Amino acid sequence: MTSKPGRIVAINGNMITVQFDDHVIQNEVAFAVLGDQRLKSEVIRVRGMQADLQVFEETNGLRVNDAVEFAGNLLSVELGPGLLTQVFDGLQNPLPRLAEECGFFLKRGTYLKALSRETQWEFTPLVKQGDTVRAGSWLGSVPEGIFEHKIMAPFDLAGAWTVTSIVDKGACTVDSPVAVIASADGRTREVAMVQEWPVKIAIDAYAERQRPVEPLTTKCRIIDTFFPISRGGTYCIPGPFGAGKTVLQQVTSRYADVDIVIIAACGERAGEVVETLREFPHLEDPRTGRTLMERTVIICNTSSMPVAAREASVYTAVTIGEYYRQMGLNVLLLADSTSRWAQALREMSGRLEEIPGEEAFPAYLESRIASFYERAGAVKLHGGASGSLTIGGTVSPAGGNFEEPVTQATLKVVGAFHGLSRERSDARRYPAINPLESWSKYPNAIDEEAVQFARVMLMRGSEVNQMMKVVGEEGTSVDDFVAYLKAEFLDAVYLQQDAFDTVDAATPLERQQYVFAKVSEVLRTHFDLKEKDAARRFFLELTQLFKTWNPAEWESDDFKRIEQQINARIA
Amino acid sequence: MRKVYTRVIQIAGNVITVSASGVANGELAEVYSQRGTSLAQVIRIQSDRVALQVFAGARGIATNDEVRFLGHEMRVSFSADLLGRVFDGSGVPRDRGPALSGNWTEIGGPSVNPAKRIIPRHMVRTGIPMIDVFNTLVESQKLPIFSVAGEPYNELLARIAMQAEVDVIVFGGMGLKYDDYLYFRDTFDTQGALVRCVMFVHTAADPVVECLLVPDMCLAVAEKFALEGKRVLALLTDMTNFADAMKEIAITMEQVPSNRGYPGDLYSKLAARYEKAVDFDGAGSITILAVTTMPGDDVTHPVPDNTGYITEGQFYLRNGRIEPFGSLSRLKQQVNGKTRDDHRTIMNTMIQLYAACRETQEKQAMGFQMSAWDTKLLKYGGLFEQRMMTLSVNIPLERALDECWNILAECFEKSEVSIKAGMLDEYWPEKSRPAGGSAA
Ligand SMILES: Nc1ncnc2c1ncn2[C@@H]1O[C@H](COP(=O)(O)OP(=O)(O)OP(=O)(O)O)[C@@H](O)[C@H]1O
Ligand SMILES: [Mg+2]
Repeated sequence: MTSKPGRIVAINGNMITVQFDDHVIQNEVAFAVLGDQRLKSEVIRVRGMQADLQVFEETNGLRVNDAVEFAGNLLSVELGPGLLTQVFDGLQNPLPRLAEECGFFLKRGTYLKALSRETQWEFTPLVKQGDTVRAGSWLGSVPEGIFEHKIMAPFDLAGAWTVTSIVDKGACTVDSPVAVIASADGRTREVAMVQEWPVKIAIDAYAERQRPVEPLTTKCRIIDTFFPISRGGTYCIPGPFGAGKTVLQQVTSRYADVDIVIIAACGERAGEVVETLREFPHLEDPRTGRTLMERTVIICNTSSMPVAAREASVYTAVTIGEYYRQMGLNVLLLADSTSRWAQALREMSGRLEEIPGEEAFPAYLESRIASFYERAGAVKLHGGASGSLTIGGTVSPAGGNFEEPVTQATLKVVGAFHGLSRERSDARRYPAINPLESWSKYPNAIDEEAVQFARVMLMRGSEVNQMMKVVGEEGTSVDDFVAYLKAEFLDAVYLQQDAFDTVDAATPLERQQYVFAKVSEVLRTHFDLKEKDAARRFFLELTQLFKTWNPAEWESDDFKRIEQQINARIA
Repeated sequence: MRKVYTRVIQIAGNVITVSASGVANGELAEVYSQRGTSLAQVIRIQSDRVALQVFAGARGIATNDEVRFLGHEMRVSFSADLLGRVFDGSGVPRDRGPALSGNWTEIGGPSVNPAKRIIPRHMVRTGIPMIDVFNTLVESQKLPIFSVAGEPYNELLARIAMQAEVDVIVFGGMGLKYDDYLYFRDTFDTQGALVRCVMFVHTAADPVVECLLVPDMCLAVAEKFALEGKRVLALLTDMTNFADAMKEIAITMEQVPSNRGYPGDLYSKLAARYEKAVDFDGAGSITILAVTTMPGDDVTHPVPDNTGYITEGQFYLRNGRIEPFGSLSRLKQQVNGKTRDDHRTIMNTMIQLYAACRETQEKQAMGFQMSAWDTKLLKYGGLFEQRMMTLSVNIPLERALDECWNILAECFEKSEVSIKAGMLDEYWPEKSRPAGGSAA
């Protein structure tokens, strides 16, 4: 690939303006040359013979007239075996290997290959000479940890191609050719295990998109029972700082019932990623008995890393998610926080001196957010298998106020809303998902009628609570008061869940169904309670019993013993 | 010899624009005006128009003043000789010591590779129960004190610094009242801490642009010490002044503000500083304790709001006490499982009861009847405020935990506090000891 030259004419923060003399492509990659360093950049606007580029690095030291090389390709990631277990930055640099090369600090202008060129993968062909293939067809597979990693025909193939040769079963590296394919009009292409794909373009080498109806169990009770998510669906978690967005995602990343989890730490704290990357290699995935790391990819562009790469990081993550979906796997992408990505857009929009919208966010904010979440989906592949990519994003609204552009734009496009509230987190009612405001459009795996009953109870309890603030406990009827206590009970023993207790942190669906039935029984039962103090005491004790039940191992002796105590109480 | 330019083509706020070529983004220059020599830094370049922010301010600069570019960025020299010294924001000595020289290191350097960080694991003891018991401070944490003007936040900062077991203290003052600067210097001095302390001080009377440099100067020095294996505590007060200085420059540069005049990159700018807090895999650590004053006691104001999204919790200072609600140490669970086995239980129980007490106080204020339980809660709240929340209480963690048990036993029956039986058997004081073990 020949690189076309250009020259810097202006520098403003991480934006440079470049005079070019041939042609450039929108979103083309370019490198600003600074001594022996080459700083990766992307074309984001072209006017006449000048292009505005966002630089994915600090621009200190650059000068007017410094050279810029345009690379001719769009910002892309490498896709192939060996992505799992890795920790990348937003541009897919493997951070542990970067640390080996550069030591304690990140070094600008250093870009390493995402996939190892030495590792030998045991390739098993799935097609033979003469077979017809199209974009995304499975040509073969290699074992990648616990998965059969499919080697696929390039996603940019148009129409049907014929396999002219395929290698036999045996070990090869990612860039050695495994197949040659030919088109109807006689063009041929060599296919290696690694392929590149531009991050801002969705991979759509599937037969059709399907409605996301199959529940994705997170093992978080309030989510699975009240505000469920579906495989291939989308959801968002807005909340003020410290309300528990990250903890909720961390718990989900451990226990969610999916094949692969991609964690995109986008503009948040490095320390939070460190917890994940230090702990996951030692935590067992109960589904497979292997470590959690083996099903995880971490994309980590934390808040002090370059801002433009933050914007790239969510696209890098979603592209890797789409890639594994093409293998017929269920993938969950957790992005924390999408607001930081939106802010990166805002910073760049400001430098481009575009006309600002609300809170100075650019006018295209909504469409960018929408097209990002649209990359989720449950799909049926050409070969008949199906896969899914679910996206869950946190939102960090300024001042914790949901009436702001990023939250509002996100709410328009997602299928479920888990809104965290400051009151609940201050009262240490974790997870602080507000049960009265949140919603989900996805089907439920728990008795819908019982859930509806519980919802009504929560609403009634909250009304009584409001009323009591005005008229006091003495002005409230025993009936109303009991309704309030029942709502509080439901909240305390079912909605709240201890993320740091090994058992309580994850409630499998079966247990949820079982426990929820018992909780519903309590909600529906009319207890003969004559006065408020007795009622309060009764529910306090019941709450206490359920709270010792939650951390008891499923179906253990303890579990059964406490259940008997509960039964005796509510009989 | 580097070229001297004498064509200042624009002066706006503290930013001057010079016609020059071959200048690097971020480069430093010296501006010679009738008021003396000032450093300035390149912040934007448009063909031959180079915009510089002038550290000493643009007042008195003439359109034909000389500007000489220095060929390097802002930097600070590093050596153990820094200990005991006081500088201003641009590194000029405030004491009578020698000027900085040699072993230069650029400030605002790249971020630490997350792969080289480790999970924080050491508690920092402060002797303040509201911190040690309820929101434990952890080595390498970044944590601000949220406060309204007039609260004793600087005293609190100084006290934590004096009691924390660290090797080096790096102090950054931004927009500091001169009296407060003297207070810190004298406190460090009389407590014998000055010898392990470096101070970078920008006072309210100093040029605004210098304020912008203080955090980076401090953190560059802190990083160097940490790489030598030292445990460093960085104190930054007041970060709201730092944010306001950024706002001023942004408006001068005609940037579109995002929220109440603050630039859209406020979050990234603050995060770049706070994220310097680190526990290195194979070297020392940096803990950052900052002050963020909240204009109008409004936590949704852009500065505290963005800060809260960046830091690992906050201490909320109000009415001379650290509020149990609103205060949060997000790293506490890394360490409070390893202190004493009743630590977490006590922490949760005491806070839940105190929350219940607050509700009762509200009911009482509305004139509602008080039940027997309400009366107990009110008594509990009083004791809790007196023996735990009062800032003058200064006791080690273990004594504070014992004291919590005493308070519980003085107010409640065993069965009322919802604590597991095993824990009660071990810790519940048999005879409630009235006032016996109260605070020192
Ligand atoms: N489920 C939970 N159980 C117990 N504690 C929790 C839970 N969720 C959150 N917390 C507490 O709240 C703190 C803050 O949570 P978290 O970091 O998830 O907030 P956040 O919403 O991501 O905030 P930010 O927007 O600033 O990143 C945690 O450190 C923890 O102490
Ligand atoms: Mg978070």
